Amino acid sequence: MPMLDIQHLTKSFGGVQALNDLDFHVDKGEIVSVIGPNGAGKTSFFNTVTGYFSPDEGQILFNGVNISGHEPHEITELGIARTFQNVRLFPDMTVLENVMVAQHCRTTTGIFGTLLNTRSFRREEAQIEANAKDVLSFFGKRLQGYRWDQPASVLSYANRRRLEIARAMATEPELILLDEPTAGMNPKETAELTDLIRQLRDDRGYTVVLIEHEMRVVRDVSDRVVVLDHGEKIAEGDFETVSHNPDVIEAYLGRPAEHTDE
Amino acid sequence: MTDTLERTSESEAPSPNPVDWSKVQKWGSLGGLTMSFIAAIGMVAALDKRIIISPWLSLGFITLLWVPVAYGYIAATEKASDGSPPPVKGARDIISGLVTGLISGALFALFIVIIDAVDLTDVFRNLGPKLVELLTFGLGLGAASVIWIVGSGLLGLIGGALKVVRPTVRRVVSSAAMGVFGVALLELIVTDISQGLHIEFVTDWLYAINGGLTTISAIVVAILFGLLGLRSDDRTLTQRRLDRMNLEPQVLVRRNAIAAAITIAAVIFLPMILGGLTNELLANVGLFVLMGLGLNIVVGSAGLLDLGYVAFFAVGAYTTAILTSPLSPTWTPELTLNFLSWEGWLILAIVLVMAAIAGLFIGTPVIKLRGDYLAIVTLGFGEIVRILFLSDWLSPYFGGAQGITNIPSAALGPVEIKGTNSQAMFYLIAAFVAIAIYVSWRLQKSRTGRAWTALREDEDVAEAMGINTTASKLTAFVTGAMFASIAGMLFAAKVGSIFPSSFKLLVSIIILVIVIVGGMGSIPGVIIGAIVLIGILGGPTQPGLLQEFGQFKLLIYGALLVVMMLKRPEGLWPSLRRQRELHHDEMSQDSWLQGTSYQTGGVPEDEQGGTRYTDDAAPIQDGDG
Amino acid sequence: MTTTATTPTRTFKFSWTDSFLWAIRVMAIFVIVWGFIGAIALGLEGNGLSAEAWKQLIVSGVAQGSMYGLLALGYSMVYGVLGFINFAHGEVFMVGAMVGFFAADALFEAGLWEANFILSIFIVLLVAMFTSTFTAVLIEKIAYQPLRNAPRLIPLITSIGISFFIQNAVQLLVGPAVKTYPAPPSWLSDPVNILGFQIPGTILLVVFLAAVSMVGLWLFVERSATGRAMRAVAEDKEIAALMGINVDRVIVMTFAVGGAMAGVAALLWALMFRSVSFITGFLPGIKAFTAAVLGGIGNIVGAMVGGLLLGLFESLGPNVILRGLSWQIPLALGIVLLAAGVATVVGGRAMKRNGVVVLGAAAILMGLTGVAGFTIVIPGLSQLKDVVAFTALVLVLIFRPAGLFGEQLGREDRA
Ligand SMILES: Nc1ncnc2c1ncn2[C@@H]1O[C@H](COP(=O)(O)OP(=O)(O)OP(=O)(O)O)[C@@H](O)[C@H]1O
Ligand SMILES: [Mg+2]
Repeated sequence: MPMLDIQHLTKSFGGVQALNDLDFHVDKGEIVSVIGPNGAGKTSFFNTVTGYFSPDEGQILFNGVNISGHEPHEITELGIARTFQNVRLFPDMTVLENVMVAQHCRTTTGIFGTLLNTRSFRREEAQIEANAKDVLSFFGKRLQGYRWDQPASVLSYANRRRLEIARAMATEPELILLDEPTAGMNPKETAELTDLIRQLRDDRGYTVVLIEHEMRVVRDVSDRVVVLDHGEKIAEGDFETVSHNPDVIEAYLGRPAEHTDE
Repeated sequence: MTDTLERTSESEAPSPNPVDWSKVQKWGSLGGLTMSFIAAIGMVAALDKRIIISPWLSLGFITLLWVPVAYGYIAATEKASDGSPPPVKGARDIISGLVTGLISGALFALFIVIIDAVDLTDVFRNLGPKLVELLTFGLGLGAASVIWIVGSGLLGLIGGALKVVRPTVRRVVSSAAMGVFGVALLELIVTDISQGLHIEFVTDWLYAINGGLTTISAIVVAILFGLLGLRSDDRTLTQRRLDRMNLEPQVLVRRNAIAAAITIAAVIFLPMILGGLTNELLANVGLFVLMGLGLNIVVGSAGLLDLGYVAFFAVGAYTTAILTSPLSPTWTPELTLNFLSWEGWLILAIVLVMAAIAGLFIGTPVIKLRGDYLAIVTLGFGEIVRILFLSDWLSPYFGGAQGITNIPSAALGPVEIKGTNSQAMFYLIAAFVAIAIYVSWRLQKSRTGRAWTALREDEDVAEAMGINTTASKLTAFVTGAMFASIAGMLFAAKVGSIFPSSFKLLVSIIILVIVIVGGMGSIPGVIIGAIVLIGILGGPTQPGLLQEFGQFKLLIYGALLVVMMLKRPEGLWPSLRRQRELHHDEMSQDSWLQGTSYQTGGVPEDEQGGTRYTDDAAPIQDGDG
Repeated sequence: MTTTATTPTRTFKFSWTDSFLWAIRVMAIFVIVWGFIGAIALGLEGNGLSAEAWKQLIVSGVAQGSMYGLLALGYSMVYGVLGFINFAHGEVFMVGAMVGFFAADALFEAGLWEANFILSIFIVLLVAMFTSTFTAVLIEKIAYQPLRNAPRLIPLITSIGISFFIQNAVQLLVGPAVKTYPAPPSWLSDPVNILGFQIPGTILLVVFLAAVSMVGLWLFVERSATGRAMRAVAEDKEIAALMGINVDRVIVMTFAVGGAMAGVAALLWALMFRSVSFITGFLPGIKAFTAAVLGGIGNIVGAMVGGLLLGLFESLGPNVILRGLSWQIPLALGIVLLAAGVATVVGGRAMKRNGVVVLGAAAILMGLTGVAGFTIVIPGLSQLKDVVAFTALVLVLIFRPAGLFGEQLGREDRA
């Protein structure tokens, strides 16, 4: 049974068909890339899977549970985490707090525990902090030490993207959805992140779906590539097959200059 | 980089900019208008009775005289553009101030001439001969005009000069002025304390018979405070707090402990030496601290602008009244608010439950609305609650406009805490405030508090973090409601009778002003806000230290709200979170100005010289590409 | 995130907030329908409102509604362009009415009011419009312009402060007493018979002035270059700026036009109620905002229609609906309603149509009320006038935040 199994997913906004009868699946331990020209519906696809849009039709099975129509926080709790294309951190919270808050759905202490300062509360707080530091250590020295206490708003662009991924990891998901994680990074940072994406699966055991415009990244990490255009899946397969598919070439060349970042 | 180069080349030839005449003109006219407005609303006349320095300076005139000083200072201020050196100070600043003051004075003199010539009392009730007489000091129009123009010009000059002089001088002067003003304003409290300490001779010497400092004591006070100003260094309050944050953790903990101990001791012992009046003020402040802390959770932490907050205050008060008063129209359980018996705790529990129910009832439908609609809907609910309490329809239960009277006092065992015994009342309220502070403080740095912050900053993303935003918001809403209901309970026991008119929209707004002036999300901020506003200006029905301000306080609250939003939205004592941000800005700016890189330990190579990046700033670093 | 979209595959989930909202819907429909039927039934029985009274309520509802509509425009346009609630708009209106009063009073003293009423009214109208426009623009310049990119709640809080400030400044300047406009001449206030409605001339004048202003404004926004610029700025400020539109100027224009409409509304208020004091702006302001939301905020035609609906609801609400609650639903009707309600709920569930279920539930409640012989007699109905208005506010904002005709908001304000 695939981890994520989507059938006939359809979503339209007025006249715009953002997703059109889309079938999609991911198996445990895969890294799948979703590509397609601008406006193809990739982000809408993520939004629908994570509960931000409710689909017009179709079903989304995650580990056999139908999650369509659930609220985003319930879906996160079930084990799907995501990042946002236009990085959205909590700007006034510190780096560490950003990651700590992401463990909300994995922790339980309520108001009373907090007020009574119970043992379990203190243990949990310590655990949250330790987990947060552990997750941040995934990025080497980038988000260490004094950075913990800096507000997220002062981070560099690349670090913001990293922090977003850290936050997603902290929700302890099975499946991570990354929306253009390398956008706005320089080649060196991109290469570094490509390695990290692979490590997400190899070392940390997450299954990963990523939207990516940078073809080198797609080639380097993907087990499988899915191409969307106008909300429809026009091709699927490994990078080589897909990149030689005439439909795909047409979708991209039909609108040149669109495979650049941003 | 180019900016830096320009800066150095410029700074080699420093020359003061010419006077910005349009700015001078603007602030001069504004000054004249402000002064005329202040006179027209009757402030000068009403506050003339309050003497600051006997016999020649009253509070009424101070409401006028600060204008040329402040506006002269502003008109002399040059905007430092980013990256360029600080503007050179000099004669231009003094001239700017002087002319600004002259213009203000001239306009104000014109205003006096006009109200003398034309009878405007049909429209503006204050603009009559009495005001003219007051403003002309009993002299002729001509002489008075000259006095106003020259005087205002001189004050403007002082304002401009404050810009030029060395910071030390500025500090000494402002410290002396604030000292004289403060000691004169706090006359009641100072007298109160000195009576408590049996050192009346100090105040007898300090204050004139009919109020205010004497000229001699004013000079002495000015010198004393001037010396104090000399002692302090250049750091602003904000900088002080920032410096404090950089202390060693152990030192910080020790200092905090000492500060806390001093505060607690003051709260315990001060009321004993204070008289009834001051204790009464403090008790009122306490009530508003309680409500402010509650609203702070709702607005400051969770970002829900609740304008119907007074509804929960009303729920607490009415619940208490019904449970205790023998004159409650329908239900008369006649419990007593005795905290040494089960009855008091039962009342507290019922009050909290009622607040929670009301909070859920109002909160549930509004919680998914966007922020501004939520504000208006809660305002609507607040008004609905008040009108229902007022209506004939429900008067068989709540007493309608007659309210509920004969609410018995709170008690501790046999000791009755009468509302009129303000000292005992203060201790009671302080106990609850202490609990509220503890609760706010614990929640702020817990899982719950983090979730609130997250959903205030970005609701969608908070959802993606697995936070049930609906439940989180409701929790904040209900927690805030409970704080207000306790304040309502204490209020009912304190005043002994409650009427719907005590629960107007006004109350919600005033609590909002407290939170905003203090600093949203900041616990000490709320406390300071309540002390400054309620203590000095007074609450919706409670007089403050400046009782004469009574009729003007709502105007001032409104103006404060606007000024704070425009000039200092983070409040007087911002939360650490906001502070941290400022902190970083300052550090990176400073280091950038000095041309050094901002270094704080193991900086990864790609982040060297790390200034802030905005989203559109090119993130590509040189050397890496 | 919305839960209303019908998803075939959706699993049923219980949500406390949603259930609560559904319950409120049921209660609202139950009360309104019961009250309305009750009022008609009481009238037929001869102990309710007479046909004449009904007509009068409708006429005054329309008149007040058109005033709300004019005021609503100011909220709607500012929200459309800047995306925040200009809470001080009610005060803009009040200041217009207040200064208008002094003008009217002076004209009365000079004898012009009685000699040439139409000219006097025209002068007062100009004075009120000028004052309101000036105030609105001044507020925008001082308080809102520096906050252009602040989060939405900041300008809202600022506008609350402004509103507070103006209210109290006016109170201190001119005193707290209620000021009464001189009476219009009798030839105007006498009722005229139109289509069986006895309508006072003043009311006709009010409706006429409102209609003219509305049409004028509509033409201005739709046809003039400034109006087009306004719509462009409302749609997207950045793109408008790129197209060479002076965004700040357009925003000032928006405030000016909204202020002018508030000035007209101030005169209408004076004609209808004649009295003005420093708190005159608060309630009409809140109601007009409700009207703006009801019509779909940002939507000009919507504001007018919303105003009319709200005026009618407010006029009929306490007198018709609340009074009608004292009518006892007959037992037989109760049983029929109960049965029909149960059938509707079952049918609605089968069809998965929540609206039908709500109607059915409301019918069940009515049936139960009839069977139990329960009535609600409310003394002092007029006291609850504002409760009705605020309830309308609450219900509209909760259930129809996008309004009847849809919001027209800029890109960045669409939530
Ligand atoms: N909330 C929304 N309301 C209306 N239309 C939307 C909404 N979200 C997306 N769309 C439309 O759906 C289509 C798909 O958009 P989507 O953001 O999913 O594209 P994308 O593949 O992520 O593009 P990009 O590469 O630029 O990120 C676009 O035409 C977009 O305008
Ligand atoms: Mg996208």
